[in-house]
Amino acid sequence: MKRIITATVQNRSGVLNRITGLMQKRQFNIDSISVGKTEVEQISRMTFVVEVEDMQKLEQLTKQLHKQIDVLKVADITENAIVARELALVKVVCPPASRNELQSIIAPFRASAVDISKDSMIVQVTGDTDKIEAFLELVRPYGIKELSRTGVTAFLRGHQPQAADGNTYSLITN
Amino acid sequence: MKVKAQAVQERKPAAKTPKTGADLFVEALQAAGVDTIFGYPGGAVLPIYDALYRAEPRFQHILTRHEQGAIHAAEGYARVSGKPGVVIATSGPGATNLITGIADAMMDSLPLVVFTGQVGRSVIGTDAFQESDVIGITTPITKHNYQVQKQEDMPRIIKEAFYIATTGRPGPVVIDIPKDISGEAYESSLDGGDVHLPGYQPTTKPNSNQIKKLTQAIVEAKRPILLTGAGILHAKASEEVRAFAKRYQLPVTSTLLGLGAYPASDDQFLGMAGMHGTYAANRALYECDLLINVGARFDDRLTGHLEHFAPQATIAHIDIDPAEIGKIIPTAIPVVADAKAALQALQEAEAAIPDIQPWRDHLQQYKLEFPLWFNNPVQDLIPQWVMQAVHKATNGNAIITTDVGQHQMWAAQYYGFDQPDRWVTSGGLGTMGFGFPAAIGAQLASPDSTVISVVGDGGFQMTMQELSVLQERKLPVKVLIVNNQSLGMVRQWQEFFYQERYSESLLDVQPDFIKLADSYNVKGVRLETQEQLVAELPALLQSKEPVVIDCRVLRQENVFPMIAPGKGLHEMIGVSR
Repeated sequence: MKRIITATVQNRSGVLNRITGLMQKRQFNIDSISVGKTEVEQISRMTFVVEVEDMQKLEQLTKQLHKQIDVLKVADITENAIVARELALVKVVCPPASRNELQSIIAPFRASAVDISKDSMIVQVTGDTDKIEAFLELVRPYGIKELSRTGVTAFLRGHQPQAADGNTYSLITN
Repeated sequence: MKVKAQAVQERKPAAKTPKTGADLFVEALQAAGVDTIFGYPGGAVLPIYDALYRAEPRFQHILTRHEQGAIHAAEGYARVSGKPGVVIATSGPGATNLITGIADAMMDSLPLVVFTGQVGRSVIGTDAFQESDVIGITTPITKHNYQVQKQEDMPRIIKEAFYIATTGRPGPVVIDIPKDISGEAYESSLDGGDVHLPGYQPTTKPNSNQIKKLTQAIVEAKRPILLTGAGILHAKASEEVRAFAKRYQLPVTSTLLGLGAYPASDDQFLGMAGMHGTYAANRALYECDLLINVGARFDDRLTGHLEHFAPQATIAHIDIDPAEIGKIIPTAIPVVADAKAALQALQEAEAAIPDIQPWRDHLQQYKLEFPLWFNNPVQDLIPQWVMQAVHKATNGNAIITTDVGQHQMWAAQYYGFDQPDRWVTSGGLGTMGFGFPAAIGAQLASPDSTVISVVGDGGFQMTMQELSVLQERKLPVKVLIVNNQSLGMVRQWQEFFYQERYSESLLDVQPDFIKLADSYNVKGVRLETQEQLVAELPALLQSKEPVVIDCRVLRQENVFPMIAPGKGLHEMIGVSR
C-alpha cells in the first residue's frame, strides 16, 4: 500500500542521506521524496510516498525514522484530510498544427504552457498524483519528449474531519 | 633519533606551543570524564596525538596493533565498566579498519565514542591521500555521527556524542575531525554548553496504564515466562529483575547477551533460550501463555521460525527503544521504558500472586529430564567439560569474553554466570576476532578480575597481534584457545546440512601458539588431557601474568541441543544423547 509520510528534520549535512539510507537498509521502497525549507530556519520538511506491505512494516518505518537524531517529527498523513500536490514539467511534441489542440487539453487541467518552440511545448501541471497521471495519459499520444516530476509534497488541511464527519479520506488510495 | 621501547616513555618537557583545535578536543574529553583511550595514530590525527602527548593529566592510551583491536577493546571496556569506550583512529584505512567494531557495537548496543581523523577541509571530496567518506560509510552502523566543520563546534559535538552514546539505547557515535580543524591554532577554551537535542528525547519512565495491563496479565497468566535481555544489564537492573521474578515465582530464561542479568544457578532459571538454548527454556517459550520480554530484541537466533515462537502467548515487551517493540513479534503490551524504571514500577503495583505451581513443576520436569549433555571420554578434552572446569577453577567469578561460534555457545551453556557484566560476547554481529581484544578492554575496566578470553583457534588468529598489548602492559588476560583445529561452527553446519563436505573449514595448518606467545614474552601452555588440565588450569587462571592456553579439544565435537535453521522452538535436535 502507498503511504504519504512527512518528516520534519533538522537541516544538517547528510540528513537526506540518513533517511534514504535508512529506508534502503530496512528495505522500504520510496516512490517519491521531496524536501525543502520550512518557515523555521534550519528546519526542513520531507514528504515521502512509500510502498509498504502492511501496518506492521509501516509502524516500523515511522519508528525507525523517528529514531534518527536529526528527525524532529514523523507523521503518516495518508488517512488524514490532506492537500497533496506535485508538479510535473512535460515537454510534448507539438508542431504548430497541434498547438491549439494541446491548448484545449491544458486548459481544463489548469496547466500552463511555459515554453514553446517550433516543434515542442513545455507544459507545467500541478495537482495530486491522479490528476498528473490523467494529464500525462492525454498528452502521451502527441509524444512526450521529456518528463520531470517533483514528487508529492503534502500538508494536513486546517480542519480535520472528526468521527462524526464520516470517514477520513485519502487522496492516494490504498 | 632515540626511541625507547618502554610502555611509558619519557616525555619531552612541553615546550610552549600554541593551543590548537586538538587541545579543544582534549579539554572536551577531560570534561566528559575520559581516562582511557584505545587508538592508533596516523597522519590525519597527528595534531590530536600531539595534544594527547602534552595533556595533563595524561590519558591512559592503549596502543593496539590494529584499529580493529582498538575498537573491540573499547567494546569490552564499555561492556564491563558501563562507561563509554573511546577510540581514535586516523583517516582512510584507520577509519575503515574500525568498521567491524562499529557495526558490532551498534548491534549489541554498546556505548562508544569513536574519533576518526579526516583529511583537511580544503581537500575533502578530492580523493586525497588517505581520504575515505567516513560519514557516508558509518551512517547506517552508528547511532549518530558528526563531521566537525568548525573548530568552535567541537566541544558541543563531543558533549552531544557522549550524551547520545550513553543514554537511551546505547550505541556508537562517530566524530570525524578534519586535520586542519585539529591542527589550526585556537586560543580560548570553550565548554560544550547544555546538550540541546530536540530530536532525541528517550522515554525512560513507563506508561502507568501499560504497567497496569502487564500486572493484570501476570495475575491472570497460567504459564508465564520471563525473558531477560541485555537491556537489563545496560539499565543495571539485575537486582530489580531478580526481585520481580521472585515476587511472582516466574520461570526465567535469557538471551545470549542477557546472560548474567539473572543468576544462572537460581532454580527458577531454565538456561539460555534459542538455537543452542536448553530444551526447558525453549519449551517454556513455546508453551507459555504470557511472555515478558525485558530488554531483548527477539533476534532470529532466539526465536527460530516465528510461526512457532510463543504461539499461544500474550507478548509483553519492555524496551527503551520503541522501534524494537513490534518489529519482529506483534506485541500486546508494549512498555517503552528503561528496564530498571519499568521493573520498579511493576514491583510497586499491587497484585495478587497467582498460583503457577503446575507450570513450574512442568518446566522443572523438563529441566531434570533434558539437561545439557555431552559425552565424556576418559582421556580427551571435551570443550563442554573444559568450560565446566574453567567455571570451577574461577568459582564462576571470571569475566569471560568470546568470539562467535562453537566455543561461544559452550561458554554460554556451561560457564553459568551468576553476576551481571561478566560476559562479553559478540552477539548480534557475530564477530570473529572480537573476544581477545575485548578481554584487553575488560581487564582495563576491571583490573582485579580474572579475565579469560575464550576463543577458537580460527578467531584468535584474526586479532592475535594484540598479544603485544599484554606484553607491553603486563595485562594478566588469560587466552584460552578452544583449539579444535577447525572453524567449528562452520564445520558443524557442513556436517549437518552439507553432507560433511568440509569446505575450507579445517585448519590443519596452524601456528605453534606456544612459540607465538613466547615471542611476545607471554607464557604459553598446551593442555591435551583432562588429567593435565585438572592439574594445571587453576594455577594458570589465578596467575597474575598473562597466559596463552592452547587447549587441544576433540575436533568433531558439536554444539547441542540445536534448533536447525528455519525450524521452530519445539523442533530441537540432539536433546539427549
